[in-house]
Amino acid sequence: MDRLSLPNWTHVCQVSDIPRLGSRVLKRADGDIAIFRTADDEVFALLDHCPHKGGALSQGIVHGKAVTCPLHSWNIELATGEARAPDEGCARRFPVKVDGEAVYVSIA
Amino acid sequence: MNKPRLVVIGNGMAGIRTIEELLALAPDQYEITVFGAEPHPNYNRILLSPVLAGEQSFDDIVLNPLDWYAKNDIQLHLGKAISRIDRKRRLVVAEDGTEAPYDRLLIATGSQPFILPVPGANLKGVITYRDIQDTQAMIDAANVKRHAVVIGGGLLGLEAANGLKLRGMEVTVVHLASTLLERQLDTQAGKLLQRSLEARGLTFLLEKSTSEIVGNEAGEVAAVRFKDGEEIPADLVVMAAGIRPNTTLAEQAGLYCNRGVVVNDTLQTYDPRIYAVGECVSHRGIAYGLVAPLFEQAKVCANHLALMGIGTYKGSVLSTKLKVTGIDLFSAGDFIGGEDTEQIVLSDPSSGVYKKLVIQDDRLVGACLYGDTADGAWYFKLLREGRKLGELRDRLMFGESSIGDGGVQGHNRAAAMADSDEVCGCNGVCKGTIVKAITEKGLFTLDDVKKHTKAASSCGSCSGLVEQILMSTVGTSFQETPKTKAMCGCTERTHDEVRKAIRENKLLTHQNVYDFLEWRTPNGCSSCRPAINYYLISTWPHEAVDDPQSRFINERAHGNIQKDNTFSVVPQMKGGVTTPDELRRIADVADKYQIPMVKVTGGQRIDLLGVKKEDLVDVWRDLGMQSGHAYGKSIRTVKTCVGSEFCRFGTQNSTQMGIDLETMLANMWSPHKVKLAVSGCPRNCAEAGIKDVGVIAVDSGWELYVGGNGGIKTEVAQFLVKVKTPDEVKEYTGAFLQLYREEAHYLDRTVHYLDRVGLDYVKRKIVDDAANRKALYERLLYSLEGLPDPWKARIEGAQEREYIPLTVVN
Repeated sequence: MDRLSLPNWTHVCQVSDIPRLGSRVLKRADGDIAIFRTADDEVFALLDHCPHKGGALSQGIVHGKAVTCPLHSWNIELATGEARAPDEGCARRFPVKVDGEAVYVSIA
Repeated sequence: MNKPRLVVIGNGMAGIRTIEELLALAPDQYEITVFGAEPHPNYNRILLSPVLAGEQSFDDIVLNPLDWYAKNDIQLHLGKAISRIDRKRRLVVAEDGTEAPYDRLLIATGSQPFILPVPGANLKGVITYRDIQDTQAMIDAANVKRHAVVIGGGLLGLEAANGLKLRGMEVTVVHLASTLLERQLDTQAGKLLQRSLEARGLTFLLEKSTSEIVGNEAGEVAAVRFKDGEEIPADLVVMAAGIRPNTTLAEQAGLYCNRGVVVNDTLQTYDPRIYAVGECVSHRGIAYGLVAPLFEQAKVCANHLALMGIGTYKGSVLSTKLKVTGIDLFSAGDFIGGEDTEQIVLSDPSSGVYKKLVIQDDRLVGACLYGDTADGAWYFKLLREGRKLGELRDRLMFGESSIGDGGVQGHNRAAAMADSDEVCGCNGVCKGTIVKAITEKGLFTLDDVKKHTKAASSCGSCSGLVEQILMSTVGTSFQETPKTKAMCGCTERTHDEVRKAIRENKLLTHQNVYDFLEWRTPNGCSSCRPAINYYLISTWPHEAVDDPQSRFINERAHGNIQKDNTFSVVPQMKGGVTTPDELRRIADVADKYQIPMVKVTGGQRIDLLGVKKEDLVDVWRDLGMQSGHAYGKSIRTVKTCVGSEFCRFGTQNSTQMGIDLETMLANMWSPHKVKLAVSGCPRNCAEAGIKDVGVIAVDSGWELYVGGNGGIKTEVAQFLVKVKTPDEVKEYTGAFLQLYREEAHYLDRTVHYLDRVGLDYVKRKIVDDAANRKALYERLLYSLEGLPDPWKARIEGAQEREYIPLTVVN
């Protein structure tokens, strides 16, 4: 298999391990990853680092498909990592795959 | 494809504002088509005067550039006036034959200038002052002509006259009434205005009625003649004698018009498919000619177009400002007054200051300011709120700065500030940045400014100042932050309405609230969710579900998040009293977890800073102390002095009183943080004067003070009552805090709550009504009964996964 072109899927937890409208933190040497779960059980993963001043996005309030950074209330879109206007910036996004209950994140 | 079609007639401020509001609510609801008679995108008509005066250019005042229309998929027809509305076939027809079918139609045709029906009104050189074309015509005329005559001494006329004068013309203003701006100013202020405009070189002819505009052989204007026979030379005549709602189209379409297209409180005309907003509208018999009401209408209209159907427009209270640089005037409400009103007047003609306040039944009903308008916004706020003045009356004339305020009202210095002066100390925003954002981005509300500049978005102490900057920058178009404000963008409901619904309908969960009150978002936002969570658990203690995901991280993790994402730990130390054993444990914990800083707090406790989240539970376990709630909208601490046990001046055991209060209030959630203090004598070493509840012991008992604040703006607590026994201290304190818990808006401190309801109200509820006081106290004790210490609960395993990070499984 050509490993470069394929996502490197890593099993990180079960969907039920993440609270609805909440998150879990995946510890990682190159920066923690925040894994979010929306009200309708969609799962997203972003670098746990707000583009504004590095707040831990995992600690924010999740609403709809966005999270509000706990430090200065920037709103970050979970699907893209983009900050909502008029703020500008982007948190790195990691692909997520949910297979049944299992949550996989592509950790490059 | 199958989206309903919305057609807008009129590409001006009212129509486009409605579309903006609609797009914010329901971006994909309609296929939108806009017809504009002018060849320009939507521009800020109220800034035509600065353009005329040469202070701004046309590009500066464009509100929606062409790419805005493209980006929002709006089909824009510029330079196409609509000639006909066909209600039967539900389409509009433009002069060039373009047809556009509609499912909903929005009429925003604005107004037309009133042309005096005198001979010569159609001569070359007679113009009106309505749009950028008129403005350009005036600028061009000023380059080559000499004598300008402006007919009409109203807002528009004076602004035109001032602009033409600045461009070098000799300007005479002709006015029918005996004073200028007689609809906006009383006689005295009108005279002052006239004097300062005369000092700028304008000439006034008052109580003059125009009978004819005289032309020359070339059909150009040459002079203006009056009924008394006098004649003055004129190369340019500007008609600014008023406006008339532009109802021609609506009338031809058979829509009921009566000095405007008649609309109901939801801005619908007699044809429910057809809405109308702006200057063309007559609502409850009033046609508004200023921009603030148009924006209020736009909001309601958009709400209905988006099928929300909950807003209603009930009319507007107006305020006026003249956009002539260097002339400050402001008026609002009934500033003339009548037999059943009282007036407070300050008049200093030599320095050009005049202020009149009109009061009826202890309420401010009108204000007319000339020369010093710094308090205009404040008076306007009082006027709109219709609040009883009470003790305020004595200091009313001396402005907001003469009274104490809750820290968010502003300081009346906006006008005097330089562009480089800092306004928002939290985010480092200067006045110039705010003014630039307001003018360049076309901002009109405090919320807009907060979003774009971040000013006033953190602690909020400068929001009053920002509001003043808004007001002085945009003049009449300034939109007062409404008193009854929607909780957030997720709803139209106010805090009070949400609270009432939760109470009266026994709503117990977040979902109940969102469903019952038709929230626009599926599960709220970071602003409304914590508020609703508080309202639920405070209204229905032991029944409503406390949702950790709706709490800010500090209250979810029971520590205070720091800038590096670590947390602080402040264990409870009731009354600031600790023991050698506790201190040893704190020292051991600090060593064991390598805590980078140990600090004594202002609330007589010890703060362990820089604790990693995954260590929190272990730190709490090793401390063996309770949560000090230093992180919550909750009871914080009760600060005490040493009192009669040791102090040679102490009159009562203040330390024990503080410990008892802190024990009673343990684990109490509240709208915002709550701090108490107990001092053992009037020397007041515990600084009880700046606490939410301050208790000061005297020889004969205890004095209770409420609503103090040592934070954003220092506020001295107000005397509530004097009692005899410690039990009474607990009962009165508990009752006051319960009243605050039940009635304050989320994130209001006690000082803000008191500002809103007044100390008299609180005294009636707590001091005068013993039964009510006892009932409040009982309700407080009931809601605190059995609440666990959150640290203990988490040591025992509650919310465990909050603190444990994931690790990769395979």
